[in-house]
Amino acid sequence: MKVTIDNIQVEVEDGSTILQAARKIGGKVVPPAMCYYSKLKGSGGKCRTCLVKVAQSSAKDPRPMPKLVASCSTPVQDGMVVQNLTSPEVIEARKGIVEFLLLNHPLDCPVCDQAGECDLQDLSFGFGMEETATEDERREYPVIDIGDNIKLHMNRCILCYRCVYTADQLTDKRLHGVLYRGDVSEISTFISNAVTNEFSGNVIDVCPVGALTDKTFRFKSRVWFLKPMNAHRECTKCSGKVAAWMFGNEIYRITGRKDQFGEVEEFICNECRFDKKSISDWVIDGPRHIKRQSVISANHYEELKKQSVIKPIEGFMEKQE
Amino acid sequence: MTFWERIYFPAILNGMRITFGHLFRRKTTVQYPEVKREFSDIYRGKHVLKRDDEGRERCTACGLCAVACPAEAITMVAAERKPGEEHLYREEKYATVYEINMLRCIFCGDCEEACPKEAIFLTKEIVKSEYERGKFIYGKAELVEPSDPARRIDISKRQTPEVLAFKKNKKFKHNK
Repeated sequence: MKVTIDNIQVEVEDGSTILQAARKIGGKVVPPAMCYYSKLKGSGGKCRTCLVKVAQSSAKDPRPMPKLVASCSTPVQDGMVVQNLTSPEVIEARKGIVEFLLLNHPLDCPVCDQAGECDLQDLSFGFGMEETATEDERREYPVIDIGDNIKLHMNRCILCYRCVYTADQLTDKRLHGVLYRGDVSEISTFISNAVTNEFSGNVIDVCPVGALTDKTFRFKSRVWFLKPMNAHRECTKCSGKVAAWMFGNEIYRITGRKDQFGEVEEFICNECRFDKKSISDWVIDGPRHIKRQSVISANHYEELKKQSVIKPIEGFMEKQE
Repeated sequence: MTFWERIYFPAILNGMRITFGHLFRRKTTVQYPEVKREFSDIYRGKHVLKRDDEGRERCTACGLCAVACPAEAITMVAAERKPGEEHLYREEKYATVYEINMLRCIFCGDCEEACPKEAIFLTKEIVKSEYERGKFIYGKAELVEPSDPARRIDISKRQTPEVLAFKKNKKFKHNK
């Protein structure tokens, strides 16, 4: 099946979604996704940040789709033409979506442990407005502990349901879910039951905002002061392949290895995540690649690239890449 | 050379006129410890960590000043506020250790520009000279302003009209 996204043609399998097709191309074409997670079945369709415009439904039916569609849950058709960043309508809609997501967000980034690797922060930096249109009070919840190692800040939650799916699909006995409905709905463990499952720590990794954070790393450091390293160990429960966030020779925290779309490659167990914080527990493989644009790359250099003295011919560098 | 140039006398007189002329001008230097020159209101000297109106520390150890610092002079360790310490720290996180190495600092003011909490400001005060290098690492004892209202450090002159306008906008919950 041939799909055209932002004037780039790509061939994908039957039944895949527009988002998956865009991810096959990669780069800036990929719409941001706050709730969709390729490793979790049934995720997506909630946050609406991945809205795209379908300018041509298929080769047989060249009419455009009447409304913007969520690319994570719309399957592709042969000859479909999709506009993401090339459509001003999409940018405008995404701006509105970001405003909606920030409606109840406390904007406590200076305190939040997720700052620096937060999808919502990136999104609001890219599309958000400087001012809010509302004067209403933001909803407030007390901070609660989910188990011994996870902290839940319900104020920051955007209700993407990723953690609920993780608990559903990774662990055999789900102990937390979404209570109530609409504006008052909240993530909670039922009657404050602790999540004790072996893989429950993965809800921290899948959370796109700072709602679920690691208690063993709470306020220890900021992500941009740490260096992410690939590390592994023999583990009976999971693959043991993790990213160790280090400062000098100290391991501050352990997370799953995240790919370019912010999704973990493999889910890791709680023992690896919370208990193994000594450098002797791990075999360090080497530094992880950090995106040049990321704040984590501040003051870190992978290789020193000399600036070209000769002014390149316009359009020449793009052709080379 | 002409005769007048050869006797040098007029040239010497001319030079002396300039030299003695300078003797009677106003001096550009001052006798420092006794006389102090007036500083500009936006002089960038020693830092201060501000407290808010209720005397609570504004800094939340977010680390933005440290990442903005071109000289990498700032380091900090954060801690969680315990119940009962609400009168000391404004938010649930605060800096237990906050150090600026005054030997590394270039007084560029990027830290106060990066600060989202209006906690750090540069003041008119200058960093004192010391005999030991270690004494130039200023901790919270040197940096945090006194909680006594009479001894507060006024930084209102340093705030841009944009900042003051933003402060008036109470629509934002986080902007208390």
